[in-house]
Amino acid sequence: MSLRGTSLVRDWLRVRDGRLVLRTGKVDLGQRISTAIVRIAAQELSLSPDRIDVAPVRTGDSPDEGITSGSNSIEQTGYAQRRACATARDAALTLAARQMDVEGDDLELADGLISHRGSNRTLDLLDLLAELPADLAVDPEAPTRQASIPDCPPRGLREMVEGRFTYVHDLDRPGMLHARIVRAPLLRAKLIALDPTTEARLTDAGLTVVRDGSFVAVAGAREWKVIRAAETLQRACEWDIGTGLETGDVFEMMHSHDAQRFAISRGKPDPDAAVPSCPDAPGYEATYKRPYTLHAALAPSAAMATFRSGRLEILTHSQGIYFLRDSIADSLGMALEDVTLEHVPGSGCYGHNGADDAAFDAALVARALPDTPILLKYSRADEHAREPVGTAMQVRVAADTGGDGTIERWWMEARGDTHRGRPRPGPNRAGAARLASNTMRETDVPRFVPEPNMNRHAGLHRNLDPVYRLPETALVKALVPDLPLRPSALRCLGAVANVLAIESTMDDLASAAGIAPLDYRRQHLDDPRALAVLDRLEAALPPLPENASRGIAYAQYKNVMTRVAVAVDLSVDDRGASNLEQITLVADAGRVVDPEGLRAQLEGGVMQGASWALFEAVTWGPEGRECLDWDSYPVLRFDNVPQVDIHLLEPPDAPSVGAGEASPGPTVAAIANALHEATGLRLRQMPFDADTIIKAALESG
Amino acid sequence: MDRSGLTLTVNGKTHELEADGDMPLAYVLRDLLGLKGTKIGCGLEQCGACTVLVDGAATQSCASPAALFEGRKIVTVEALSDDPTGRRVQDAFVAAGAAQCGYCTAGLVVAVTALAQTPDAPRDRDALKTALAPHLCRCGTHPRILAAAEAVLGQEGT
Repeated sequence: MSLRGTSLVRDWLRVRDGRLVLRTGKVDLGQRISTAIVRIAAQELSLSPDRIDVAPVRTGDSPDEGITSGSNSIEQTGYAQRRACATARDAALTLAARQMDVEGDDLELADGLISHRGSNRTLDLLDLLAELPADLAVDPEAPTRQASIPDCPPRGLREMVEGRFTYVHDLDRPGMLHARIVRAPLLRAKLIALDPTTEARLTDAGLTVVRDGSFVAVAGAREWKVIRAAETLQRACEWDIGTGLETGDVFEMMHSHDAQRFAISRGKPDPDAAVPSCPDAPGYEATYKRPYTLHAALAPSAAMATFRSGRLEILTHSQGIYFLRDSIADSLGMALEDVTLEHVPGSGCYGHNGADDAAFDAALVARALPDTPILLKYSRADEHAREPVGTAMQVRVAADTGGDGTIERWWMEARGDTHRGRPRPGPNRAGAARLASNTMRETDVPRFVPEPNMNRHAGLHRNLDPVYRLPETALVKALVPDLPLRPSALRCLGAVANVLAIESTMDDLASAAGIAPLDYRRQHLDDPRALAVLDRLEAALPPLPENASRGIAYAQYKNVMTRVAVAVDLSVDDRGASNLEQITLVADAGRVVDPEGLRAQLEGGVMQGASWALFEAVTWGPEGRECLDWDSYPVLRFDNVPQVDIHLLEPPDAPSVGAGEASPGPTVAAIANALHEATGLRLRQMPFDADTIIKAALESG
Repeated sequence: MDRSGLTLTVNGKTHELEADGDMPLAYVLRDLLGLKGTKIGCGLEQCGACTVLVDGAATQSCASPAALFEGRKIVTVEALSDDPTGRRVQDAFVAAGAAQCGYCTAGLVVAVTALAQTPDAPRDRDALKTALAPHLCRCGTHPRILAAAEAVLGQEGT
């Protein structure tokens, strides 16, 4: 995919000032993709990572690799970079042979030097790479060599621990103004009045109020003054919120609102197939629910924008700079070549948070104040109130087993709103329609209506298809648009709710059959790599701590990526609070590019899954969200961090697959299964917090 | 907003500053002194990203007015590179790969340094987990951060 349109070696690597500069369209979100591609280049070119840089990711310059999401980067940019480097290496060796007038077979490449065995003559690899023809195309068949290289620390780590790493929030430019939005209670709220005396007082104090319809922002030289001014303006605004947000049980709304339903076959919606109905009187039936969840990045979103001579330049931590550029250009009626976006680091993001909206908001302020760099930051409350939420979902399972407990029939439906809320071009100006502030401005951008995502393992139906051997499977995706909150992509998309449903069901069926959970899964798996992962988990399991209970789960992300088995050992105290004691995880991600990076991603996924399982849920009322800080939106903290042990299997010759989203789903499911083991309660609605557990215990008598 | 004179001792230097009335310490550090290593994550002192040392104690700085810190000894992450304990903590974080996006890192490096510099601070894992509970990390780097802290506190204890 990545080589389409960017098929030349020079699209992927160049030499500048005696250093190799790698080019990629994938951005670093803390997941170490830039470290991984440096390692790939170092392996293919036998070059020290110290001599390799990664170019900024910038529209019009970097390869367009779409969005950095879906755990796809190592398979897309990693694949392209490896082939580009392999092609470049072969071409450099051929060139060296010609320049030295020797046989290519007598040349050796090591540590960035090409040397001739017969004469001790050497050439610098980078000098040769600089001389390669500009039209040299990447050869997808170029043999790769994967020389072993020592582990190297992630790029930027030393700067981070010393406080020298620059985030978009830290940028400073001569003449720069800080800016904040004045947050409306809801998107689509109408500004009825803004008290003119307040506005005049702020203007007198040197601040500038920017308005476009109901979009309001304030800019000024001192950040703290701007923050206070935004708060003052917020109190001076009168809003019409219409009927407000629909309140009540979102899972009931998923049935009372119209749904578009599709049969899923081999991981894809089939619009022509009849939608299979739930079997009558199944032996097992249950519904699993996941609430709306925030991305809740540690830093609220921010962006810097400058509008000069009709051109807009935006520095953003968006995951998809090309799509965002197109959406912003469309919103402002500008030509694509007049809008440039460059990625700069923000905090970790885990999906479509406020980054894209903040970039657009900065652009709106910059356009009103030309020739002035505008650094716009959201407040914590802005981010919690405005960022798109992870989609609420419910998954219903019905299954029948034979006399020996073997599953014979499986029906499953995943229901909820879209996961695809990122600004990206589509029918009816879908890119512009998905930028928050276009719902506030005076503009003719139509209201966004989601289309069902028909790709394989996308959105609601990601991991809907169980990996187990099931003789008769019927799967349904039910898209219910227009639920109360604006949803979009959050790490793993539908896989969390689907894996929770599948793995809870597997445990319930195992228990009914009187078979151990690990054995029951083995009995329903043919894939030798899945079986190897489960065997290794069993071998790696530590002794169960006193008073702890254990739950396990298995999943393969999108059924084709990393295989993960997890065991969670936890205890529950008499107030219903769960204490995570230890988590053991085994993963098979194919060939490992960056072992420490892979472990860190899997561990991070475990911790995020644990936070979702035990704590996270968005609350709202008619006048907007009610969880606007870290007290009202609790997340996992250090006091509940377990011992985490990660074991990697690396089968020979297996291609590298993405792992960033492989561990959260099975972690959530293993926690649910461990809680069942600990309390006897089968909890089917996340989060499994103390209140939920106490309530369930009281209800079960 | 009124401006008033302010005298702060930061990283061993005394600064005479003009701050906006209730301007919190973190904003003074970042915007008036250019010390951008101290991060702001919430403005509510709920997430720990803004932690600095105040007279040796780990202290969140994004909501409390800077005026409250006059006469106190403030140390930010930038100064820890020149401090033997701070340096050991930084090295331990690097060795443990204890950052992903890194936005929580500076606050945690400061917090662990404070623990390491307190001779009677408890050093077992549970006490450490409680001590770091004011800090959020959303990338899930907690196990590595705990490992880095344990490595440093283990050395300090011997």
